[in-house]
Amino acid sequence: MPMPETVSLRINGKELSVAPGTTVAAAILIAGHSAFRRSVAGTPRGPLCGMGICFECRVTVNGEPHARSCQIECMPGMEVRTGD
Amino acid sequence: MSKSFDAVIAGAGIVGTACALELAKAGLCVAVVEPHVVGGGATAAGMGHVVVMDDSEAQFALTHYSQQLWQQLAEELPAFGESEQRGTIWVAADEEEMLEVRRKQAYYNARGVTAEILDAHALAEAEPNLRPGLPGGLFVPGDSVVYPPCVAAHLMRRAQDHGAVLMPGRSVTAIADNGVRLSDGTNVPMGLFVNAAGSWSPELDPGIGVKKRKGHLLITDRYPGFVHHQLVELGYLKSAHSMTSESVAFNAQPRSTGQVLIGSSRQFGAEGAEVEAHMLRRMLLRACEYMPGLARLRTVRTWTGFRAATPDKLPLIGPSPGRENRYLATGHEGLGITTSLGTAKLLADQILKRTPSIPFAPYLPSRSMEHDAHA
Repeated sequence: MPMPETVSLRINGKELSVAPGTTVAAAILIAGHSAFRRSVAGTPRGPLCGMGICFECRVTVNGEPHARSCQIECMPGMEVRTGD
Repeated sequence: MSKSFDAVIAGAGIVGTACALELAKAGLCVAVVEPHVVGGGATAAGMGHVVVMDDSEAQFALTHYSQQLWQQLAEELPAFGESEQRGTIWVAADEEEMLEVRRKQAYYNARGVTAEILDAHALAEAEPNLRPGLPGGLFVPGDSVVYPPCVAAHLMRRAQDHGAVLMPGRSVTAIADNGVRLSDGTNVPMGLFVNAAGSWSPELDPGIGVKKRKGHLLITDRYPGFVHHQLVELGYLKSAHSMTSESVAFNAQPRSTGQVLIGSSRQFGAEGAEVEAHMLRRMLLRACEYMPGLARLRTVRTWTGFRAATPDKLPLIGPSPGRENRYLATGHEGLGITTSLGTAKLLADQILKRTPSIPFAPYLPSRSMEHDAHA
């Protein structure tokens, strides 16, 4: 059976299609967002290490806050929210 | 020859720094000796809950007096002190505890402390993440939350503005009538000595009846709005009263960052600072009984600290029995943040022979501290 060519998800309410296996972090960058979250002082933060260590890329995935977007693959119908 | 000080204080926790400021403001030449960092011991480990308590009349008097002093301090406290008047909700788990809610409200109101009874509906509305079906609680709006290590640093700086000297990285190794010797060999001449070393104070004043009571705490990632008030189960009273070796109680506190601080545990006889899995587990299971949603939150850090416990749950403020020119400001158990400011006033009142705002007799170290086995 052929692999589906794309996976559709929503980032901040906007539909996006990416290749299967794309991480949520990559999808967010493709969607053009750089502020993944806000620090405690309100400054914008984005992915740094890309391997789940630095926790800078955290976003809300399907309502669960503080998900490390670099460690999660995009799934069909996923709801992602940045900027929290 | 080193400079001579009117007073040398051992310990730069919140009690030692508060005492330093009070004595320095009165014109005394003060030195503070601290082996580690300012506010780095139990001061940094605690919750920072400024709370009026009513285990005894003496405890009420000191916590109530201190809370008024905290309200004055809040006006000058820098933002890093994270002072927020959140109020406490004492959560009742059953109708028996609702009786205690009503007793507590009457007690507080009779003494000028605002306290409102929340019924089941009002409690659920105030804290939607509490488990459904709780009968109610007591809301005490005057209680607040601070970040104690930063407050201690602020008090120390204010004391230094009044001429106090901080001697960090050294401990007191010997105490004589006219001076102390420090761990680096320095001799510091002095008039009087104040032991504010918390759970380590018996090392400097053996036989004073202070014992280490270990506690665990945990802080989550940021979940703004998950908890709104400082929450404490009313069963906490049973736990804090209990002199058995181990107990836990539900405590949850919202930090200004959106993080949730979760406690609490009490252990006698545990000397090591390591986080103990069985205590952490018991503490979190208790917390989740009250707030099931806590189980979904991510933890950032867990740690422990040592309360300086006395047999009658009141601090030691005043002359060290049988020791000339030596004073104690220790034994604050789980209320040291709250009562630090009142302690400093009462200690200075005794040293300077001022008229105190509240009677200091209940806290004199020379009192009888027979433990009431029925408490």
